[in-house]
Amino acid sequence: MSQGATINLKDQILNGIIKENTIFKLALSLCPSIAVTNNLKNGVLMGVAVLFVQVMVNLTISLLRNVIQPKVRLPIFMLVISGWVTVTDMSMAALVPDVYKQMGLYIQLIVAFASILARAEMFASKNKFIPSMADGIGMGIGFLFALTVISFFRELLGKGSLWGMHIVYTKPLLILILPAGGFFAVGILMALFNWIDARYMKKTSPVSH
Amino acid sequence: MSVKKEHELIVSVSPHVRSEETTSRIMWTVSLALLPAALAGIYFFGLKALFITALCIVSSVVSERFYLKIVGKKSVVGDGSAFLTGLLLGMNMPASLWSFSPFTAHVPVIASFVAIVITKQLFGGLGFNVFNPALIGRAFALISWPKAMTIWNEPAAAFLAMDAKTTATPLGILKEEGVTRLIEVFGDKINLYTHLLTGNRAGSIGETSAVAILIGGLFLLYRGYITWHIPVSFLGTAAVIAWVFGGKGALFTGDPIVHLISGGMMLGAWFMATDYVTSPSIRKGQIIFGIGCGFLTMLIRLKGGYPEGVMFAILIMNCFAPLIDRGVRSRVFGAVKQVKAKENRK
Repeated sequence: MSQGATINLKDQILNGIIKENTIFKLALSLCPSIAVTNNLKNGVLMGVAVLFVQVMVNLTISLLRNVIQPKVRLPIFMLVISGWVTVTDMSMAALVPDVYKQMGLYIQLIVAFASILARAEMFASKNKFIPSMADGIGMGIGFLFALTVISFFRELLGKGSLWGMHIVYTKPLLILILPAGGFFAVGILMALFNWIDARYMKKTSPVSH
Repeated sequence: MSVKKEHELIVSVSPHVRSEETTSRIMWTVSLALLPAALAGIYFFGLKALFITALCIVSSVVSERFYLKIVGKKSVVGDGSAFLTGLLLGMNMPASLWSFSPFTAHVPVIASFVAIVITKQLFGGLGFNVFNPALIGRAFALISWPKAMTIWNEPAAAFLAMDAKTTATPLGILKEEGVTRLIEVFGDKINLYTHLLTGNRAGSIGETSAVAILIGGLFLLYRGYITWHIPVSFLGTAAVIAWVFGGKGALFTGDPIVHLISGGMMLGAWFMATDYVTSPSIRKGQIIFGIGCGFLTMLIRLKGGYPEGVMFAILIMNCFAPLIDRGVRSRVFGAVKQVKAKENRK
């Protein structure tokens, strides 16, 4: 059992990062991915916040899955999600107040993320503790990865800086820090990701549901 | 490959009537019609203008080749559409971009890439693009490098001059300091008009000479490649709005002629808004399209933050082109609405 379980866990994590990447593959949660990613710091912190919420929600739902009445499962999922979002929201307000000032609204909006509710409904409510955690980690890291890549390019090319530090003297491509440029960046990176995936990853991701 | 099979299964929209006209012939004729305006730009802004235009054309054609090679499509560079896009894009750039001390010569290259690859090819190639490629290329450049794209050289009329004084465009002066100052700059009113008509004024390479553009536009009209509907409704609406609201203080005191022959109005109305792919194909729709373009242009010029609004106006109307076509589609003979209603009541 242990052998089968480990392979399964690894696949489950990779599934969230590559095969069902929230932004690049499912094209969900695009609003924050465009609104927040105009600098690397915000993008990474947003990704970390989502990773945390996703893992904790999956864990909680998975533990409660035998207690939750199927008829009222969605309100209960929402309750759990909003509980963990509140925790994240208050922690970030206390720990990184300057970043929180810019993106506090989007942290609260994690409540409405389709990806989090979908994983709770599709995976955590049917699976055991450990696989649910792996799923949460996979989806969260996939989201973090996507936001990091997008915000890396947007800040580097749009502002000529990284994590607030100036690297390039000029602003090479100002449009990228504007909302329109956000769509450009997400679209191009999505295409690139899928191209790489189709070309090199086909053999290595045989996850089946 | 199953090329033949694909052709048999094509389900196409609007024009079904075929003629001897080919895409490449239309493209090269439009390019020819643009030649007077391009030559006027090169005459007034010198070698720099030639370099910028050539750079745009070359990088457009190379971008098209590059993309088609990557995705493994048949090369259609020969149809001249990439050449035309490059030419239009080059004519929409200021000649001052050809400068190396603050390095800005990469701007035309990236703008061409955006125009060809992102705006045209990623949407499915020629015929499927929602927006006018050359205008998106220019909008991308203007937003990305707002400073470099708004340095206007004073027309030197010296072919080899590589250094030129910079100055404001007529519309810039009009926006910042008003019409009296504009007339002051050019001497008197007649002088202003002649400068604007011949093209002896600051601006993008191809937009300066109203007369040269008009020659090209009338040539296209005569050959039947465009109809009067879009240019006339575009320019007419703009003129009326300029006349009514363009003046300071009182209504009906504006100067429509200055607005019509300055900025990119002429180039936009004759060559940009009439693009087959991105404008409505029904006459009634074309008139609505032109009115919308004229209205939005004047709205941006008179009330907006930019001195010039032709580009954004046409791009905004581009999104509405399919909707307009739907709205004005003629009803099939006999299929009256009332009949339907009666049947429903039964």
